[in-house]
Amino acid sequence: MSTYAQKKGFGATLWDFLTTVDHKKIAILYLIAGGFFFLIGGIEAVFIRIQLAVPNNDFVSAGAFNEIITMHGTTMIFLAAMPLVFAFMNAVMPLQIGARDVAFPYVNALGFWLFFFGGIFLNLSWFLGGAPDAGWTSYASLAIHSKGHGVDFYVLGLQISGLGTLIGGINFLVTIINMRAPGMTYMRMPLFTWTTFVTSALILFAFPPLTVGLVLMMFDRLFGANFFEVAQGGNTVIWEHLFWIFGHPEVYILILPAFGIFSEIFAMFSRKRLFGYSSMVFATVLIGFLGFMVWAHHMFTTGLGPVANAIFAVATMAIGVPTGIKIFNWLFTMWGGSVKFTTPMHYAFAFIPTFVMGGVTGIMLASAAADYQYHDTYFVVAHFHYVIVGGVVLALLAGTHLYWPKMFGTMLNETMGKITFWTFFIGFHMTFFIQHFLGLWGMPRRVFTYLPGQGFETSNMISSIGAAFMSVGVIVLLINIIVTSVKNVRVGNDPWGDGRTLEWSIPSPPPFYNFKQLPLVRGLDAYWIEKMEGKKEMTPAEPLGDIHMPNSSFLPFTTSLGLFIAAFGAMYHVDDKGWALPVLFIGLLVTFGSMLLRSVKDDHGFHIHKEELMNEDDNKGVKA
Amino acid sequence: MKRLANWRLFSLFAIVALVLSGCGKPYLSTLTPAGEVADIQYDLMGLSTIIMVGVIIVVMLVFVIVFFRFRRKDDRIPKQVEGSHKLEIIWTVIPILLLLVLAVPTVSATFKLADVKTMDDKNSKAVVVNVRSHLYWWDFEYPKQKIVTSQELVVPTDEKVYFSLKSMDVKHSFWIPAVGGKLDTNTDNINKFWLEFDAEKSNEAGNLFYGKCAELCGPSHALMDFKVKAMSKDDFNAWVKDMQSVKAPEKAQTALAQQGQDIFNKSCIGCHAVTPENKMPETARIAPNLSNFGERSRVAGILDHNKEEVKNWIRNPETYKPGNTMTGKYPQMTEDQLNALAEYLMGLKVQD
Amino acid sequence: MHAEEKLTYETWPAEPEKSTLEAKNKFLGFWLFLGGETVLFASLFATYLSLKDKVPNTSQPLAKDLFELPLTFVATMLLLTSSLTSVYAIYHMKNFAFKKMMVWLGLTALLGFGFLGLEVYEFNHYVHLGHKFTSSAFGSAFYTLVGFHGAHVAFGLAWCLSLMFRNAKRGLNLYNAPKFYVFSLYWHFIDVVWVFIFTVVYLMGMVG
Repeated sequence: MSTYAQKKGFGATLWDFLTTVDHKKIAILYLIAGGFFFLIGGIEAVFIRIQLAVPNNDFVSAGAFNEIITMHGTTMIFLAAMPLVFAFMNAVMPLQIGARDVAFPYVNALGFWLFFFGGIFLNLSWFLGGAPDAGWTSYASLAIHSKGHGVDFYVLGLQISGLGTLIGGINFLVTIINMRAPGMTYMRMPLFTWTTFVTSALILFAFPPLTVGLVLMMFDRLFGANFFEVAQGGNTVIWEHLFWIFGHPEVYILILPAFGIFSEIFAMFSRKRLFGYSSMVFATVLIGFLGFMVWAHHMFTTGLGPVANAIFAVATMAIGVPTGIKIFNWLFTMWGGSVKFTTPMHYAFAFIPTFVMGGVTGIMLASAAADYQYHDTYFVVAHFHYVIVGGVVLALLAGTHLYWPKMFGTMLNETMGKITFWTFFIGFHMTFFIQHFLGLWGMPRRVFTYLPGQGFETSNMISSIGAAFMSVGVIVLLINIIVTSVKNVRVGNDPWGDGRTLEWSIPSPPPFYNFKQLPLVRGLDAYWIEKMEGKKEMTPAEPLGDIHMPNSSFLPFTTSLGLFIAAFGAMYHVDDKGWALPVLFIGLLVTFGSMLLRSVKDDHGFHIHKEELMNEDDNKGVKA
Repeated sequence: MKRLANWRLFSLFAIVALVLSGCGKPYLSTLTPAGEVADIQYDLMGLSTIIMVGVIIVVMLVFVIVFFRFRRKDDRIPKQVEGSHKLEIIWTVIPILLLLVLAVPTVSATFKLADVKTMDDKNSKAVVVNVRSHLYWWDFEYPKQKIVTSQELVVPTDEKVYFSLKSMDVKHSFWIPAVGGKLDTNTDNINKFWLEFDAEKSNEAGNLFYGKCAELCGPSHALMDFKVKAMSKDDFNAWVKDMQSVKAPEKAQTALAQQGQDIFNKSCIGCHAVTPENKMPETARIAPNLSNFGERSRVAGILDHNKEEVKNWIRNPETYKPGNTMTGKYPQMTEDQLNALAEYLMGLKVQD
Repeated sequence: MHAEEKLTYETWPAEPEKSTLEAKNKFLGFWLFLGGETVLFASLFATYLSLKDKVPNTSQPLAKDLFELPLTFVATMLLLTSSLTSVYAIYHMKNFAFKKMMVWLGLTALLGFGFLGLEVYEFNHYVHLGHKFTSSAFGSAFYTLVGFHGAHVAFGLAWCLSLMFRNAKRGLNLYNAPKFYVFSLYWHFIDVVWVFIFTVVYLMGMVG
């Protein structure tokens, strides 16, 4: 299939990707789009650090700075980290459970295009009168007060991309529950699949509150409602609750898949079964569960009273326990193992001290009375960057190197990979370690500048230099990707040689139907078990037969495009523009029309016949 | 991989260097606590840091051993261990115990810091300040003393001072790092808490603490600073008396100041009061009260306190505090008018 | 079993909504979707409860001045009955009785339209009493919660009708049976949400 794709012209390839419902191609789309937004968010981060390198700097204006920090946070969380996580989930999870596809291929594609159009919409704000400037948390009083359309872009863009994430989560849940290969019981699922599962459940229950919060704000800003207008009886604290009921689980939505990726890496490159597998699963579920009980620790200084603060403080501390279990299980997975320091393993190994650092400052923040000092200072900035960069981004970089051969059939260069690691890792600690102290010395977060004479100068300069190192790391990664793609040295099923799970038992990249015959799973680390018995591939669980596959469709694209168009109408109708309402209706018409078309047009998919599969076998023999 | 170890060593040196370089500025840093609240919080920080450093040491110990002992040397397949119940119970139970050690003082401190019962007691003599936050400036009302000041909070040392916080526009957060943690000024409700200013520590900090806004509130969030003058109870009482005695705007002392007062009365007094009485309701106090402007330490909370900066500020406040609510509310001033205004404003003093 | 197969009464499975993999996925996926919807409505309820009777001045009506039992009781009855008729429709679907299913679905839709009509009348009535979407936080919260539910009903009606028209000529098969089933799940969900609205908004509102 891949060789077939290469023969196609650019137009045909583009059309292929616009209409694809194949989870592996959707993974590539997520990787490209997420990577693109990661670069944009990174450039914003660099602007922040340039502005703060010296006191009283005027590299950017105060208003522009607020737009940059808002977009940096929003982009990195919603448009970079989440899609990149989704990229690996899409690329790997169905393979890990031995499935031919996800449960809802069409919904999967729809999820991507919704995210994509939401992200594009949000970023168009830069060219259409200014980006949102109320912070990624967009607290209601400031967001309602904010002039121009910036916050409208935030509200509508996140609404659209949030819908995409939600249906993506449902898709993964059903896939894992219904589509596992014979023998793949829940307690034999690889940990990355488990974390995908728990993450998807979190998405399902955490995104609706955000949706509601965004709807309320949209109604307030665009349709004259009064949810957050105190003079009209409104209450801005409602937004804080809704946002953080979403926002805290969101942190776990990001970090759990990161844990999953690292769990795979530790086991693979230590050549050892994951230590305490069942307690790892238990800890994952427990973290997901507790993640919903702690949102108010983001609001310790809002004035909820000592009872609420005390309860949420203790609940928050409780999360430290399952996280600690995980750290030690990883360490003891390596203990007694045969640890090979490949590039992914560099990231995984460095992740442990980095994440412990982020974890312990998290416990410090959980201590409510002390948090009154940390809250909204650079201490918090340092903490969540240790967790999100030190956890999530390191995992995404590790995952990129680990799964690149599986996704594209060629290995990223290891030397350059290690250069990326070292520059990024050193730069990271340089940028963020010092920020703990800046916070304790009295520097609030989200300040566009600081006055000289408060003791902030040297540390901010160190922090900015660190950011430069991190940028170098990312640039080397880009060069690595280009060089690797140009060379395009093909690799086999198990390029790392230490693969344990099902994805390493099939070709890289896998054929579009993944498994010619569904594999029989005989235990945890199914492929490893077969390898240890001297076999080269999985034992099939079924005879060779016809394979049912879904049809491609352009409708996910048009459904999402309709909402994208409608959002412009909704936004500009407050300016009394005559064209706004018609545009709103045309957009909704496109969306609902596409949905109707999808509903009434039968789509039974198609079958790959047994004979074709056998022919392909012969062809492969020739090509190899 | 040696470099990893070197890097760890280096960061350790960096920490030591930082500790030696000091704990920040005594008038600003949370690490130089100057009052009961900051002390409680500092102790909690210390306790949690000790526990957490302990955890880090244990993790790093295993980490380093793994790094040196279990690198891949040959192609052997290690034993596939499922886990160990004993170990897993250990690293579940010990963290729970550690967290309990931290949770108990946390809960007790949380309740202690929220204890504002005294405020409801009508007969109490405790000093209460109504803090009202506005886009980029702070209004301080002393309801019992019936006086108002802005931008510079004045407090007595060695006693609990109670605060009632509210925002008049968007959400801000009231924070005096060296004296205690912050509390948000909400638009919806009044938040209450207390702080205590230690006389000795205040002295070390030059009796002038820095206060900050800690919640993103718009372009000039970074510049929404205020100052806190801590003084002995006697000095505080004297200051209150002086403030209370100003019933009419201070008379201008020189001809130039007189000229400035005329300009002020024409263009400025619509927003800025120059008497400290709290006659107007809080919603009508739309700009900083300037009664004791001449005795303050900063212009607009951030600029050096001299005539030149006063003139700069009035000439174009937008360059100093983007998005402020003063810009454009008054006519353009000539250089002469600015001189007169600066002269008048710097002469506004209540203490003789 | 394949979705395209032509089936008879005898070969029609006992659980047509779960007899192919696609159908099983749809069944489970929709339940999960309803789980998400539950959280969505829970958030709207919480918002409503915290903004109930929050009006800028005393001239504006409060919950106890607005709500009247007869109107909402009739609306509740209409929707509850429509839930029952949709149960009959699914019963006939499981028995491969296409015509009967269509009749009951038609009844369900009619009752749904009746409910929606009453809601439009009710909103109009409140607006004339000075209780508007833009007049107070209470108004915003009320119309958002109840209106969200109303929009769900409207969407359900459009869904029901398009299913009926699309399949009018071709009868039941394993491809469309899960679609009818999932629609009925949705319809029950809307009904349950309404029971909560009736209790929390109207009954508790009338008490004060």
